[in-house]
Amino acid sequence: MNILDLLLEPLGYEFMLRALATTVLAAVVCAVLSCWLVLVGWSLMGDAVAHAVLPGVVLAYVVGAPFAVGALVFGFLAVGLIGVVRDTSRVKEDAAIGIVFTTLFALGLVLISVTPSQTDLNHIVFGNVLGVSAIDLLQIVVLGAIALTVLILKRRDLTLYAFDPTHAHAIGLSPRLLGALLLGVLALTAVVALQVVGVILVVAMLVIPGATAYLLTDRIGRMLVIAPVIAAGCSVVGIYASYYLDTASGGMVVLAQAAAFAVAYAVQLVSRRGRVRGRGRLGPWRPGPGLGVLPQPAHPERTAPPARG
Amino acid sequence: MNTDAAVEPAIDASGLTVRYGDVLALDDVTLRVPAGGVCGLIGMNGSGKSTLFKTLVGLVRPQTGEVRILGGGIREARRRGDLAYVPQSEDVDWAFPLSVREVVMMGRYGRLGFTRRARRGDRAAVYEALDRVELTELADRQIGRLSGGQRKRAFVARGLAQGARVLLLDEPFAGVDKPSEATIVRLLTERAESGCTVLVSTHDLQALPGLATESVLLRRRVLLHAATTEVLRPENLARAFGLGEESVA
Repeated sequence: MNILDLLLEPLGYEFMLRALATTVLAAVVCAVLSCWLVLVGWSLMGDAVAHAVLPGVVLAYVVGAPFAVGALVFGFLAVGLIGVVRDTSRVKEDAAIGIVFTTLFALGLVLISVTPSQTDLNHIVFGNVLGVSAIDLLQIVVLGAIALTVLILKRRDLTLYAFDPTHAHAIGLSPRLLGALLLGVLALTAVVALQVVGVILVVAMLVIPGATAYLLTDRIGRMLVIAPVIAAGCSVVGIYASYYLDTASGGMVVLAQAAAFAVAYAVQLVSRRGRVRGRGRLGPWRPGPGLGVLPQPAHPERTAPPARG
Repeated sequence: MNTDAAVEPAIDASGLTVRYGDVLALDDVTLRVPAGGVCGLIGMNGSGKSTLFKTLVGLVRPQTGEVRILGGGIREARRRGDLAYVPQSEDVDWAFPLSVREVVMMGRYGRLGFTRRARRGDRAAVYEALDRVELTELADRQIGRLSGGQRKRAFVARGLAQGARVLLLDEPFAGVDKPSEATIVRLLTERAESGCTVLVSTHDLQALPGLATESVLLRRRVLLHAATTEVLRPENLARAFGLGEESVA
């Protein structure tokens, strides 16, 4: 069997074609978004929102509404609750995130267990890219296109928000609105990626490509190209590998991305000898402009609207 | 120029009180800087300098008091692009993947359309601003690969490209070499002569007399607002830096 046969054989199955299309699309959207999540310091928030949308998706399924609506509602609800817990108690933000997203995720699991037709919904937890239907694919294409369009059109504003929200405010923009925009796209993207890798592994797709690109370049414009290219390549590699090794496809895609990160990390280690790169030579590391969506009082500019709204 | 601006101070903060929870950050701070003036802001860490800046750009809402910029509200000044803020170095992520030119271009964003796509005039303004801070040759460097002085000049260039009429600078001389300091002082003086208003917080008391005609001693409240030479007298500085405020008073 030659290489061409190896490549073509899986494509003979319609479910494999759909799996490839879905995964590449979801990975590309996640990868573009991940560039900003990594730079703002929202990786943990990405994890939280991806989990917290589960009850929203289940409720949307029950009432027959689009998944995206439920996901958006619960995405913002999660961030709002995290802000309330953090701001009105002595609990710190990381604990607040941990409490809120696990609670909402658990609520989602319970809702799934009492909802008839459990099979569809369990796929959301673990992902089932091989079982994506034509209608699922359509939904993923529509949501992915919306998310990607918003990200591309507002990329300069999002970068400004990530870099210097105070300046954004001073020149008349609203850092809160921009934070909310990023959050809304995050919730949409979570729905897109849920079908592929499931809730549990979404965070990998929302962090690894951006982090990998960040190791390889010091221009945001290049990151926004490198991250989706890597993510798309890893999707193809992961899906093929899962086909031939008979392993979980979502897991293989994430493992492929992790391998790409490892390679980039090694490249960066080697190239650092010749060039100044990374935080080590750029002065003391500081803990990002905000570990979460919701700022401490000293940085009120980084507040996403649902928190105080 | 607006005739009102000549009558009304360009920066007009009256009776500002800011509390973070139980912590009193600003206590009845009144500060007026005339148009074309350069005012120094002196105080130690925790004296409320950064809070005052954040209140002046409207990021922090005071519990009491009011801020007027160029005779109007903060919101209008922001919309017109009249407020430029140069953050202190600790507040900037120097590893952020942006070039010097990209950072300076952010000064133009308030004037740009929905996607903030730069037009020819914006690129020209950025080029001119880079030229004036003498960073043209480093325009495509990542911002973290600049020296301390070059970093500050890049942010000053952002304010120049913005065309702001009120410049707020938080510690622009911290970690800055002498040539960069001289460049920044010269640029700010030029801006002031052309009618801009400058408020600059600094630890660098040597640079202050050459730049600011008047200065403010801040320690949560305004201890003294007078000519810079007067403010810099040792007995006055001792009050701001806590060497026995009561014994001097």
